[in-house]
Amino acid sequence: MIEKIDVRGLSCPLPVVEVRKRLLAVNEGMFEVLGDSGTAKDNLVRMATNIGWKVEYKDCGEEFILYISKERQTKEKI
Amino acid sequence: MWEKFLKSRKQIIFTGVFIGVFAALLQRWGNPPNMGICVACMLRDISGALGLHRVGVVQYLRPEIIGFVLGSLISALAYKEFKPRGGSAPIIRFILGFWAMVGALVFLGCPWRTLLRLAGGDANAFFGLAGLVVGIWIGVFFLKAGYNLGRYQRSSSFIGWIMPVIMVGILLLLIFKPHLPSGVVFFSIQGPGSQHAPIFLALLIAMVIGFLAQRTRFCTVAAVRDIIIIKDTYLFTGVMSLLLAALISNLILGQFNFGFQDQPIAHNNQLWNFGGMVLAGLAFTLAGGCPGRQLFLSGEGDADATIFVIGMIIGAGFAHNFDLTSSPNGPGRWGPAAVIIGLIICMIIGFSMSDQFRKKREA
Repeated sequence: MIEKIDVRGLSCPLPVVEVRKRLLAVNEGMFEVLGDSGTAKDNLVRMATNIGWKVEYKDCGEEFILYISKERQTKEKI
Repeated sequence: MWEKFLKSRKQIIFTGVFIGVFAALLQRWGNPPNMGICVACMLRDISGALGLHRVGVVQYLRPEIIGFVLGSLISALAYKEFKPRGGSAPIIRFILGFWAMVGALVFLGCPWRTLLRLAGGDANAFFGLAGLVVGIWIGVFFLKAGYNLGRYQRSSSFIGWIMPVIMVGILLLLIFKPHLPSGVVFFSIQGPGSQHAPIFLALLIAMVIGFLAQRTRFCTVAAVRDIIIIKDTYLFTGVMSLLLAALISNLILGQFNFGFQDQPIAHNNQLWNFGGMVLAGLAFTLAGGCPGRQLFLSGEGDADATIFVIGMIIGAGFAHNFDLTSSPNGPGRWGPAAVIIGLIICMIIGFSMSDQFRKKREA
């Protein structure tokens, strides 16, 4: 299941704080983050990558969607 | 791939180095000592030039401030990031700007000048830096507790142009220097306000800084905050580049003088060097960024950042009129009391705007 997070209208650093909290809580899965500022996009991509999540994004006019995903790691399977 | 779009460290390092080198050079070309750039001091000088305070030695319309906003505006327009927006608790942002300025003027410098004072050998700035870090750390405590000033709203382009238009107005006042019967516009004839680099040189350098900082999101407060909260050193790299570049430039230019005593535009009451910057650091963190960042945001259409900057300008007026600001002799008569009051107010804002404490109260 894809979880959606809407960070539109949130000033720095709230998008990063909010999304990071959600990512760390599950440590695997897929999130779709909707945002509207270049700063939030840059920061979210950097933050998610730093903690080992895969990030792809799509620009939609003045907004963007980030697809942040992480599969269960092999170690955890064992 | 998205990786192509990631800002590389090269850009943030270049931005930090550019600011550090040109801050030292601006001092060489006329700006006050260890004050090649100081966002708080320069806004305070503008406040004085407009007559919001009457301390004759700190009144000048600093073109650096104008350049920061206009450089950011140009960058935002060029890269389609000019997004007029506002409405995220503007009155709170005004109050935070006000108290951030009071704290900065008790220390005698914003986070930028804290670094530049260190780079000039002013050891008193270590206490200011320690205070800044503690203030940011307290702010992070609230952020982790769900501190939130609410979402901004996209708005008409008019709202985004307010700060750039104000800056053009200030530039016109600086160029034409009108003298009204009230005495404004005031320009210091002695003291730090009388020391300044050539107008258009300072304006041009500041515009380049504004452009670079808008692109890289350069922020001295977020540099520390991001390390504490998300273990990210990207912005910190830029801040360290600034410090090192300014230090090396000062050594080359003969502007480095290490010690606690007789440092320019500084005092050595360490308790209030520390305390002033705890207040400033907390207020900046609760507002989302350092004063430079607030100027760059106001240039890209953020009306909330504009309100914060106006809070700083008004705060400077109050701080001087009510004897809150420090001088080389130490804190003003009511400076320490003001820092304590400011800290209490910022803590109340932190607690009242954090989800965790809000839920507890509602339960």
